[in-house]
Amino acid sequence: MKHYTIPRVVTKLLLPLILLFALYVQFHGDYGPGGGFQAGVIFGAGFILYALIYGLDKARRLMPPQVLRVGVSLGVLIYAGVGLLGLLLGGQYLDYNVLDSHDPAHGQHLGILLVELGVGITVSSVMVTIFYAFAGRGR
Amino acid sequence: MAAIRLRDLFAVVMLFGIYSFVSASLFVVLDAVDVAFTEASVGAGVSTVFMLGALALTTSKEKPKSARKTLLPLLAVTITGLALVYGTWDIPAYGDPANPIHHHVVQRFIEDSPREIGIPNIVTSVLASYRGYDTLGETTVVFTAAIGVLLLIGGARRPSSGRDNAG
Repeated sequence: MKHYTIPRVVTKLLLPLILLFALYVQFHGDYGPGGGFQAGVIFGAGFILYALIYGLDKARRLMPPQVLRVGVSLGVLIYAGVGLLGLLLGGQYLDYNVLDSHDPAHGQHLGILLVELGVGITVSSVMVTIFYAFAGRGR
Repeated sequence: MAAIRLRDLFAVVMLFGIYSFVSASLFVVLDAVDVAFTEASVGAGVSTVFMLGALALTTSKEKPKSARKTLLPLLAVTITGLALVYGTWDIPAYGDPANPIHHHVVQRFIEDSPREIGIPNIVTSVLASYRGYDTLGETTVVFTAAIGVLLLIGGARRPSSGRDNAG
């Protein structure tokens, strides 16, 4: 795909918008449709598109596999960590009410935001990791 | 049906992508925007790319198979299908307010979640808070998928000596 001008230019134009849209879906999931899972997939798809058009090597330089491996586990860790934090603050596991001592609803809001962030990080890293594994195998 | 008849796997993958996209539109019609979003991004988008990646690794033509062995699978599929159709007779009519789904915990979620959680999207509050354990499990499943792929085909390829070929 390296020699086709139109896909390269269109990708360059679309990529920031895709990533921005993913972030919008991630952090606007409380108010509109969407959430960590969808946002993670869109974010990962952005990098997959980049790898398809510009080649795997450039994509690996942009988003190294080591970073992805950290991301894969970091997301689950954030999710489980929020649960443990609730436990440490005197609530039950994955009970967000205790995250804010003044307003339980605020704590719920914070907990959901963090948990969705964890889901998003894991899902996007997993998508790109699987794609790297598939695409790197064929050569 | 075309997906079953076709021998060209590339076309089959494309048909599945289109099917996913049509299902996503169906979910939008049913007012399930979150599900439609997931179906469009995962079903039509990323999984199509992964299927194409798998095709690039293997082959895009299905091997012709003899028709002899297809009778038993056909029988099993027919019986399962008939059992499922029999099961649909007991499903209550769509949109009936007396349906069990409208009387279980749904009412509590709709009435109390604005006060308890304080965010407008009830789907998100159910997913991340009321059913937090489920979503943690799903995230772990995705995590495990990545581990599995990395273990199987992810690492640096070993030089194929005689012993490694066995595995």
